[in-house]
Amino acid sequence: MNAKRKDMIATVIIDLIVAIVVGILFFLLAYILIKGLPHVSWSFLTGATDSFDGTGGIGVQLFNSFYLLVLTMLISIPISLGAGIYLAEYAKDNWRTSLIRSAIEVLSSLPSVVVGLFGFLLFVVKFKIGFSVISGAIALTFFNLPLLTRNIEESLSAVPRSQREAGLSLGLSKWKTEVGIILPVALPGIVTGVVLSAGRVFGEAAALIYTAGQSAPVTNFADWNPMDAASPLNPFRPAETLAVHIWKMNTEGLASNAAALSAAASAVLIIAVLLFNLGARVLGSYLYRRVTASK
Amino acid sequence: MLKQYSFDKTAVQTFDDQTSLALKTENLQVFYGTNHAMHDANLAFPKNQITALIGASGSGKSTYLRSLNRMNDTIATVTGKIWYHGVDINEPNVNIYEIRRHIGMVFQRPNPFAKSIRENITYALRANGVKNKTELTERIEKSLRGAALWDEVKDSLDKSALSLSGGQQQRLCIARSIAMAPDVLLLDEPCSALDPISTVKVEETLLELQKQYTIIIVTHNMQQAARISSQCAFFHLGHVMEYTPTGTMFSNPQIPVTQDYISGSFG
Repeated sequence: MNAKRKDMIATVIIDLIVAIVVGILFFLLAYILIKGLPHVSWSFLTGATDSFDGTGGIGVQLFNSFYLLVLTMLISIPISLGAGIYLAEYAKDNWRTSLIRSAIEVLSSLPSVVVGLFGFLLFVVKFKIGFSVISGAIALTFFNLPLLTRNIEESLSAVPRSQREAGLSLGLSKWKTEVGIILPVALPGIVTGVVLSAGRVFGEAAALIYTAGQSAPVTNFADWNPMDAASPLNPFRPAETLAVHIWKMNTEGLASNAAALSAAASAVLIIAVLLFNLGARVLGSYLYRRVTASK
Repeated sequence: MLKQYSFDKTAVQTFDDQTSLALKTENLQVFYGTNHAMHDANLAFPKNQITALIGASGSGKSTYLRSLNRMNDTIATVTGKIWYHGVDINEPNVNIYEIRRHIGMVFQRPNPFAKSIRENITYALRANGVKNKTELTERIEKSLRGAALWDEVKDSLDKSALSLSGGQQQRLCIARSIAMAPDVLLLDEPCSALDPISTVKVEETLLELQKQYTIIIVTHNMQQAARISSQCAFFHLGHVMEYTPTGTMFSNPQIPVTQDYISGSFG
């Protein structure tokens, strides 16, 4: 067999593999959307859940998912930013740093259900916070931190060393160089990572079942005082998210049309996650053009 | 097979008290871990002149240059004295950030910040407390003119510095350094990544700049050293072998190793 023929066969095989991967994705997406979208309506998106008669909506769950996401990001971004900057710029190359790195790797490979159980035992039971948005947000932070830290570290490390030397040679301090010169260049990569991890957090169920809870008490969307028990912003109320809701409808749904409702909720979830992915790309490239002043 | 040369026979010039010096090193040694990269460098740099540091790769010339503004601090151990305005700036208690504002540096590969041309100049100035708008505008124009870049970019100061050509980027880096109003400018092979036309522009810029600054330039290109420098130091395997006026070095090298290097019969 000559080289040209071998090359052709290899190309065909590789193309085929890629086609399979893309095919699976499109099949999944199409299946979920076709099954779910016909049941999606405005009242479904905004209405309150009724577990019995099957007319229920996912309004509260949708809000809970976004609220939990925002809280999780508020906690995890500052921590992972600090950790990422430390690892990329300040950590010396020694056993302590490699210990930190392996700790982060272990944390990222913890099964999310274990993280959820840990959160349940520590926050919900031991600290008596109960099933709540805040318990869920902390559990999701554990789950989110390693990925985000890695992403930030890698984005920073990808900035050429010559940029750091340029900053230092002008008499800028290391910190000033880091924040004013390196971070802006790394920002598009960091933002892309943050938005992608937001998609993962948004779709997470297992870690939330035991922390944020499986009930979505009807909240008063006219009350925005976070201290009030009925306020949607109250971080100490139980908050079933969309992903948990899908899981629950499929395991203990009582409505006769539970399957259709969960298909519709799945379609909404998938669309949200796709939007996060799309948003990551658009925002990343927009920021890159902004910070580098290239139009 | 590399020829062996004795490190005992060197020809290093010194200057009398009449010559005003910008910078002087005494027994400067550099160690990378256990690797002794620079042995006892005793060089003095006259003010407002261009001094070229030449030598083969690995001869220690870049290592030496980077020690002068303490850029080697985090990666190497540097011993000996570096005299600048009567102060030994190799002391641990010296403010290295302050030193680097007085001794600027331009690197081998153009490394403009991923910001606009304007911000490339103003970022470090602002960080050092120059906030006045008129002064910033003046400094931008003055430094870009100094680096012979003004005419090419004056209408596009808000464009990304990354959109400039390699030669323009390198002149922007020179402008960025001189905007800090240093006394000494260190250049580490500034033309090695540039084409011949850009190289000529940078060289013309340097010849113009020596009226205001003391310039120390590392170069691989002996023609370049001959074209622009007044003094020339030849480095070999971590030793300064010869330091003479450039004319002398290229017409009448004092020791065999320099002679061989310059005539190309090295190794």
